[in-house]
Amino acid sequence: MSNNLIEIRGVSKHFPDHPVLHNINLEIRNGEFLTLLGPSGCGKTTLLRLISGFEEPSSGSIYLDGKDIAGTPPHQRHVNTVFQSYALFPHMDVFDNVAFGLRCKGIAKEEIEQRVHEVLRMVKLDTFLRRKPHQLSGGQQQRVAIARAVINKPLVLLLDEPLSSLDYRLRKTMQIELKQLQKQLGITFVFVTHDQEEALSMSDRVVVMHDGEIQQIGTPREVYEEPDNLQVAKFIGEVNIFDTKVLAADDKHLQVEIEGKQFTLKNRRKYSTEQTLYTLVRPEDLQVWSTSEVDDTETMFSAVVEEVIYKGCTVDLMLRLMSGKRLAATQFFNEDDEKLDFLLGEAVWVHWIPGWEVILPHEA
Amino acid sequence: MKHDKTFKFITIGIIWLWLAIFAVAPNGLVFLTSLLQQGDNELVRLQLTLNSYLELFNASYLKIFVHSLLLAGCCTVLCILIGYPFAFIIARSKSRYKGFLLFLVIIPFWTSSLIRSYAIVAMLKTKGILNSLLMSLGVIDQPLHLLYSSSAVMIGLVYSLLPFMILPLYANIEKLDLRLIDAARDLGANKRTVLLRIILPLTWPGIIAGSMLVFLPAMSMFYIPDLLGGAKSVLIGNLIQNQFLTARNWPMGSALSVMLTVLMGLMLIMYWRSAKRNQDTRDLL
Repeated sequence: MSNNLIEIRGVSKHFPDHPVLHNINLEIRNGEFLTLLGPSGCGKTTLLRLISGFEEPSSGSIYLDGKDIAGTPPHQRHVNTVFQSYALFPHMDVFDNVAFGLRCKGIAKEEIEQRVHEVLRMVKLDTFLRRKPHQLSGGQQQRVAIARAVINKPLVLLLDEPLSSLDYRLRKTMQIELKQLQKQLGITFVFVTHDQEEALSMSDRVVVMHDGEIQQIGTPREVYEEPDNLQVAKFIGEVNIFDTKVLAADDKHLQVEIEGKQFTLKNRRKYSTEQTLYTLVRPEDLQVWSTSEVDDTETMFSAVVEEVIYKGCTVDLMLRLMSGKRLAATQFFNEDDEKLDFLLGEAVWVHWIPGWEVILPHEA
Repeated sequence: MKHDKTFKFITIGIIWLWLAIFAVAPNGLVFLTSLLQQGDNELVRLQLTLNSYLELFNASYLKIFVHSLLLAGCCTVLCILIGYPFAFIIARSKSRYKGFLLFLVIIPFWTSSLIRSYAIVAMLKTKGILNSLLMSLGVIDQPLHLLYSSSAVMIGLVYSLLPFMILPLYANIEKLDLRLIDAARDLGANKRTVLLRIILPLTWPGIIAGSMLVFLPAMSMFYIPDLLGGAKSVLIGNLIQNQFLTARNWPMGSALSVMLTVLMGLMLIMYWRSAKRNQDTRDLL
């Protein structure tokens, strides 16, 4: 048996008025926590509904556990979903909601009783058996929704932005709990979100989607540090993008000019001189020095501080270069650099640690 | 502030006055009349008695009650069976058509229901539209004797009362969250389970509300049995009409009316109880 629980091959989906997904190819591994990440309208929820069976692909096929599941209705697929709005049955109490799936399968009463208690204990709701959904808080409703799905021991648990309606603090707690639950159960999770921080902190792998296409599949570290294209880089985290003029290129190095300064960068992706390139630097990879702190300004840009945002563990700066370009820079407090009190309008030098940049080609 | 209070007092006062004159007083009069005696030369004799109520237990009256209850019950069930899919389709159709479809349901209200009943007579009679059509199509050789039968009364009642079933059901089904159906299917429910465990319980208040709006009028719509059922079908409504207008027994007619009102009250209490049980669905009418 292959390690892939779900294989999506060449799947496209068109709705009467507009296309939603183009040629999606994706393998979902057994036991992983996979996140579909993208802005709203990128097709991630539709992809989820294709897996759960609420939509059928216009073309292409989906294999679940080695079997083509085309035409199999949702109630016969061994997948369960945690819906965005939870969709708890309002006329049933917690016990009946959670037991619903097992009752549909005609499982014996004693076993249902025992399994419901077990799963509710796991989500710490075993004292709320006889409450109706409207008597529960948002976080508790969320747990019922999860319990109601996982009790069926699905091959895959699909989660459609399950945390989006919770407040920030509760969302953080639920993120940790979901991750623990996934490890404990060993069930494959496919999680949909538009929150990149959520995606990075929870997933084994992230699928970045945009306009109905997969932009990149990789570990959180890969998509953040080695984005495949500008779209991914812009969507995940903040990024400063420099127009880059290539002066010379060989197998190992690129001679480039950025903002009037010359740099020698590693040519990891084998670019040639003809290409239009961009150099990308994350705000936290930029270092900002006051004019008195540095002597060698060969590879530094001169800038003026426009905004200082104090965030506790970091200071975020908005800088303006001579050319008028604005940069975001995040400075961390540490022992080597205690002076972080920048003044508005102060002239500073900016540079990045060589090798931490990402160079990407222009996209049509 | 003081001005505000006066305004509040006047508006609420008007409503109270209205209710007192047009609701409480007539019902009170009917109740009083029901406790009086039938007069020979006058409408009623001012003498308190429970005779009219005791008379209700007369076997011939009981027969009419049972017949009315059965007919109204059948009519309600038929209205649910026809109205539910009807309301479901309207509620779930694209919003563009929704208004138009609802409009079609409401159009019959623009014509007096008495006139519409005559229209049904024209359709059902031996040489009527329906028989001519079926015979010209070759479906039947002999005209069907539909008019002046229980079936004709039933057709008339269902036709007249169907909108009262559709409208509350529509209001209820429209609020039904489709994601709950998705969730049930996701959890392994087949179509039957979805219908029985999710859709019906959630639209139950609508079914009850519609049934009440159909059941009670079905028992008291005297002109439909008159026109379509001939003399054969007597409902409580006809009985009350007869007592007042033909037999000139006002106390008896009043007692029958009071009984109908009490029945309605009991049903309202039942509805209220079931609504309370389903309070969490919060989509009561």
